[in-house]
Amino acid sequence: MRTINTSVITENVARLCQEANFNLGHDVMEAFKKAQEEEISLTGKGILQDLIVNAEIACEEQAPMCQDTGYAVIFLELGQDVRIEGGDLYEAINEGVRKGYTEGYLRKSIVGHPLERKNTGDNTPAVIHTKIVPGDKLRIIVAPKGGGSENMSAIKMLRPADGVEGVKKFVIDTVKAAGPNPCPPIVVGVGIGGTFEKAAMLAKEALLRELGEKSKYPDIAKLEEELLSEINKLGIGPQGLGGKTTALGVHIEIYAAHIASLPVAVNLNCHAARHKEVTL
Amino acid sequence: MTQIRLTTPLNDDVVEKLRIGQRVLISGKIYTGRDAAHKRLVDLIDQGKELPFDPKGQIIYYVGPTPAKPGKVIGSCGPTTSYRMDPYAPKLYALGLKATIGKGRRSPEVIKAMKQYKGVYLAAIGGAAALIARCIKDAKVIAYPELGPEAIHELVVEDLPVIVVNDTLGGDLYDEGIKIYGVK
Repeated sequence: MRTINTSVITENVARLCQEANFNLGHDVMEAFKKAQEEEISLTGKGILQDLIVNAEIACEEQAPMCQDTGYAVIFLELGQDVRIEGGDLYEAINEGVRKGYTEGYLRKSIVGHPLERKNTGDNTPAVIHTKIVPGDKLRIIVAPKGGGSENMSAIKMLRPADGVEGVKKFVIDTVKAAGPNPCPPIVVGVGIGGTFEKAAMLAKEALLRELGEKSKYPDIAKLEEELLSEINKLGIGPQGLGGKTTALGVHIEIYAAHIASLPVAVNLNCHAARHKEVTL
Repeated sequence: MTQIRLTTPLNDDVVEKLRIGQRVLISGKIYTGRDAAHKRLVDLIDQGKELPFDPKGQIIYYVGPTPAKPGKVIGSCGPTTSYRMDPYAPKLYALGLKATIGKGRRSPEVIKAMKQYKGVYLAAIGGAAALIARCIKDAKVIAYPELGPEAIHELVVEDLPVIVVNDTLGGDLYDEGIKIYGVK
């Protein structure tokens, strides 16, 4: 049995919180450049150019690319042959968030009670999702999620009879209703199947996929392509000011469903699609 | 593309000439404010009390910046989504506020208030927060420091780039964009 100390986890979470906010992913940068070449709206082209420059400044200055440095959403894949020592695993993660957000001069955007709304002052607690997997490693993914795009997300319990057309309509309607709010060009995470909460988790996990990476299921990969094409015909464009680049990618994850159910969740992400990871 | 330069405070003549789609560079003093600060401002208006700053001729930028690193004026500071301030905005335009800066659509009530009181809505680029920070030359908290990122700051900006989304005629660039670029 391998042992990992909580202090190592804290240090890594603190580092990843900052890296995810400072350094745009290479996949996203490539997508910006490709979109900028293809965009027909001059305003849209200019916006994409500004986003490229912004990412370069953020990386160079190690400054947050966006002022909304997000809710710290953390995915753990914990090998079943790993023993955590040195204290409470979740407390170690929250300590990492506290340290990363404070030392990195990141914005603290979390209120401790959703109705009283008093800021906790250190961006904790994190939202932590844990999966137990085979092996003796611990994979940690930190995905800071901004409020602007999260607020435009939606879930719907469709009827099985609604089928693939129903799914497409719901995804497109969600993107249309969001319009300029989630900072297009967006990344669209879709979860189909499972239960109410499973669909939402799938949609969130879909956002972690590298841009351009297709679903392993051929029919779903085709649906991703169709949806991306349909979304980019809406005309919403960069920042919603018109153009053909409304989304950079549509990622769909699926799961088994009940004979009575067809849950669909759409989790929207802004263009930055921030996430960074480590395997210990 | 031509760019219009504006210096605050703004008057009706300048604001009435702005049209949707125009790119504008703003210089001078502007004020920040988002959800919690707006609630407090409107509570003060409703109670007939004085505001921490006079909105007449001014601009409010919907932003909650990141903390400034040592030696920096401000942290990253791109716009936040504006619709959350829609319930409060008409009262501020009625008091002479000339513009708000944010991102995303405004409600019909806000668009109506802008026509009535001669105000505009300007979009900054959401997410371009490190780039926008370079236009900010000075920043100080003037009210509600206890709100942290939601405190009201007075900023001194130089050539802050924005795009006119709603003008005094009721135009809406988000609608226009979809009309022009949407595939029928």
